[in-house]
Amino acid sequence: MSFWRRVACAVLLLVLAISLAANWLAPAGYAKQDREAAGAPPSHAHWLGTDEIGRDRFARVLYGTRISLFLAPAAALISTLLAALVGGLAGYLGGTWARAAMTVIDLFLSLPWLFLLITVRALLPLNVSPAFSVLVTFLILGLLGWTAAARVLCATGSSLRNADFVWQARASGIRGTRLFWIHVLPNMKPVLYAQFWISIPAFILSEANLGILGLGVAEPLPSWGSLLKELEGLVSVGEEPWKFVPLVLLVVVVTSFQLVLSKQDEVAA
Amino acid sequence: MLGRKIARHGLILVATALLGGFLSAAMVRLAPGFDTDEAALDPHLNSQSIQALRQARTEQHNIFRFYLHSLQLAMHGDLGTSISLKQPVSTLLQDRFPLTLRLVSLGLLMGWAAVMVLVFTTALLRVTAYDLLATFMTGLLICVPAAVLALLSVLWNIPGALAIALIIFPRDYRYAHNLVNKAYSLPHIVTARAKGLSELRILFWHVVPSAGPQLLALAGVSVSLAIAAAIPVEALCGLAGIGQLAWQAALARDLPLLMNITILVTLVTLLANSSADVIGYVWRGQQA
Repeated sequence: MSFWRRVACAVLLLVLAISLAANWLAPAGYAKQDREAAGAPPSHAHWLGTDEIGRDRFARVLYGTRISLFLAPAAALISTLLAALVGGLAGYLGGTWARAAMTVIDLFLSLPWLFLLITVRALLPLNVSPAFSVLVTFLILGLLGWTAAARVLCATGSSLRNADFVWQARASGIRGTRLFWIHVLPNMKPVLYAQFWISIPAFILSEANLGILGLGVAEPLPSWGSLLKELEGLVSVGEEPWKFVPLVLLVVVVTSFQLVLSKQDEVAA
Repeated sequence: MLGRKIARHGLILVATALLGGFLSAAMVRLAPGFDTDEAALDPHLNSQSIQALRQARTEQHNIFRFYLHSLQLAMHGDLGTSISLKQPVSTLLQDRFPLTLRLVSLGLLMGWAAVMVLVFTTALLRVTAYDLLATFMTGLLICVPAAVLALLSVLWNIPGALAIALIIFPRDYRYAHNLVNKAYSLPHIVTARAKGLSELRILFWHVVPSAGPQLLALAGVSVSLAIAAAIPVEALCGLAGIGQLAWQAALARDLPLLMNITILVTLVTLLANSSADVIGYVWRGQQA
């Protein structure tokens, strides 16, 4: 492992540990309002100041990081499983199945990602509880983000279908689902791992985009998207630099993911 | 062969529009809240009027009938009426489309100009520090959400088209850089270098023709990226284009409007991809 990848791993672990310690580091919680100090600059009581309704920004950053860092992998897991099921199986079965799956995949891919996200999000009720909004946001990411991975897995499944060991397994009488689960799927593991890890930063960025556009996690729950929405109220960049802390943290985390995954990119391609 | 390829793309375009239209109609029909009509809550309406409203909704219960009805209306240029803006969808699209087209075209032009300059200079100069700097800069830009770049463009008074260019540039650079690097490792290009051809000649006579069709395909794909980038840019910069309209429709759950925009965007994206594919095909044919 290269030096920079080790540094990136350490940064990710550190951010994860700090976000897990949110209950101890910011015991007041993300929703408690200090109405005497609404919109206050950083101080001993509020390290990153407070938002416009007096909530501690440091606490919100920690809890928001926790939500994004835990739910993005969950969404990535859903999308990878779907990709394996649809793409891998279609590639393995070949013929009409593969063509039908590729048509659906191409249809999904022909629509810009953010467009698809906001369209599907709008189809569901917007006035929902914060916890449900978190679930809906990351579920949509997981359920819609499988197509690019499915394309790669379809090609992998197609090549595995004609692999020597699969022919040997067929000749020994292994067929159908058993052949797929025992011989084909395990050989897709490297691509599946790569797709899973690559999806995480992509989903973190997508959630941030949705949050800024007001279609992400609902208040008062914090997420990187809803925290970045605060930047909308700025008049100049240098005015309140502490408001950029969530952005810096997001960039650091996504960059770390990119550095850690630099080898996975090659596998996924 | 070329005619067949164009016909095939045309067929795909029509099939996608029909299939996409059906999926959109199904989603609109199945979306929570479709059966309810705010007008039914009007205390001035008598029971017969409310019954008539419910009857009108009941007729739309069958998805296939609902889709065919929508399709019939669309054939006559009636794309429905926006629920939130109370205007015909076709009028809204006609009004907003030119701005988005201009924004996306300019953004693509600027983004691709930057990509080409950076890719070719890194290829020509072959200075590790410059290459690393370009990789670092684009890597950093990729990690910033598109909506944040749009917000920063408002703060720094940057035109919307430039914000779109900044969003698509790092993503396209990565692929374009890899394509050009891959072309440089082709045997005939290694031979050309060994024979002492100048770097400029190698680049424009051998590398560009080899990587060209793939770069063109990438340009086609980046249209989709630019359209997606138009949503946050228009929404956050206050530009009245299709992206802003889609965002407003999403916030107001204006499903008929959103579905029409989705189909339009899908068609534009497919058209761009198909055009890139056909041009690439002609290019490869000329080379052969």
